[in-house]
Amino acid sequence: MIGLLLCLPAALILGVGFVWPVVLLARISFNRTTDMGAMEEAWTLDTYARIVTDDFTWDLAWNTITLSAGCAAAAVALALPVTLLIRNAPPRWRGLMALMAVAPLLVSGTARIVGWMAILGDQGMVNALLTGLGITSDPLRLINNLTGVRIGLTESLMPYCCLVLIAGLGRLDSRLEEAAATLGATRSRTFLRVTLPLAFPALLAAFLLAFVLGVSAFITPRLMGGGRVFVVATEIFDLALETVDWPAAAAMAMLLLGTLIAAMVLRGVLTARKVAG
Amino acid sequence: MRPGWFLRAAAFCGYALLLAPALLVCVISFSAGDFLNFPPPGFSLRWYVALLDNAQLMTALRNSALLALCVAALALAAGMPAAYAIARLEFPGRTAMAGFLAAPLLLPTLVLGLALLLALQPARLAATWPGLLLAHAMVAVPFAVRIMTTAFGAVPKDLEEAAWTLGASRFRAALRVTLPLAAPGALAAGALCFLISFDETVISLFLVGPRLTTLPVEMFRYAESRTDPLVAALAMTLIVVALAIVLLVERLVGFTRAVGRN
Repeated sequence: MIGLLLCLPAALILGVGFVWPVVLLARISFNRTTDMGAMEEAWTLDTYARIVTDDFTWDLAWNTITLSAGCAAAAVALALPVTLLIRNAPPRWRGLMALMAVAPLLVSGTARIVGWMAILGDQGMVNALLTGLGITSDPLRLINNLTGVRIGLTESLMPYCCLVLIAGLGRLDSRLEEAAATLGATRSRTFLRVTLPLAFPALLAAFLLAFVLGVSAFITPRLMGGGRVFVVATEIFDLALETVDWPAAAAMAMLLLGTLIAAMVLRGVLTARKVAG
Repeated sequence: MRPGWFLRAAAFCGYALLLAPALLVCVISFSAGDFLNFPPPGFSLRWYVALLDNAQLMTALRNSALLALCVAALALAAGMPAAYAIARLEFPGRTAMAGFLAAPLLLPTLVLGLALLLALQPARLAATWPGLLLAHAMVAVPFAVRIMTTAFGAVPKDLEEAAWTLGASRFRAALRVTLPLAAPGALAAGALCFLISFDETVISLFLVGPRLTTLPVEMFRYAESRTDPLVAALAMTLIVVALAIVLLVERLVGFTRAVGRN
């Protein structure tokens, strides 16, 4: 009993700051918006129907899912060599290398995007290099569009992938790779036939985590897209604070949550099968 | 097996992508020019001076620092007893409680921010200190509980039992034996909670108003509208704070272990 008592303060903070708001969010998604734009208490599915029948919603959903799936795949593909290098590094360097791969997690997302503006902007590093070498005469448009969002999102998902892969590949027995090499397999063959299949569950877990995070990312699409790239997250934000259509914002947030829960259940099922197998 | 050249090259690209933004922020923040262009026309401290002269940003900085201190204190005060209970005591619903105390981490901050706006606005708590404190504490508590549970779990139980044998009450043994031994973990948890609040952007974007705003929100708005190196100087300030705290946590408990799920 004393245990429950000790948990009370923390549970109270989460009760007021988490459970109550989320329940309220679910409740408000069943309210109605009048023609004047005011919110009306109700128990109706009108708002959901309005959202689901709007073609714009489906465009948003498609954009969001393809964007985050692509970026999650790219992030995993880039995080894999980083974590393989960390795994094979001398123990003395391993800690520092892992820290460098994961530290961007705690650097504010906005701060990193300011860096990307300096790299990808019209007068940024990449364009200075390209025009300086005479490869292009006009600057490439790498920011304030979908390209910028893709680059920024991939980078912001990478540390999470590294975190998952560092944990996942740590359990992988490197003697199997050495055995393959001893038996005459080339490096690329060892990688394709031994390392990759063994790492597959970890890669899948990393991809699904990155996908879930990418679907709900807001800062990167908003700032790197320059207000011209629309995804579900930016739409929810605009509905809540610009249009002030709370039922619609709440309903779209509930649909987003439903998608994420489905993805997490899928992840749970897939990881459980790995343990069983 | 020694890594081959292809793996090295690919890993180099990965690291370049991860570290380039922060490095560029550092370089551009010392620019003497008027825009975020590279290479900068010259180097100066003019944008750091401009930052110090910007009353609005300095107020936001003060707000953020004060808020983060309060959040860290509150999250530790609430999280530490809960973590002790989860790590050391047997009680009905222990696993369920541990799961509940980690639950906010499962939801995207965008949804949490929206939910808090819908809850706090009608209560007239949006853009107030109590409102922001509650919102940030809710995100920080799960981290405090997780890190402290690991920290308490790492202290051998024998020591506490020895204290009981020597006549100490359970409360006294926990307070005088286990807590001091878990102190590095507590410091790390406090530092991380400070950073979580100090960097929190998305939830705050829903909750701030003209009367009360935080530094990350001001930086977001600035980056949305203008592109001069002032925002790089601001970003650099946040990166330095984050770096200091990451190094502190790494020293105390090991960073990857603290934020990792395993």
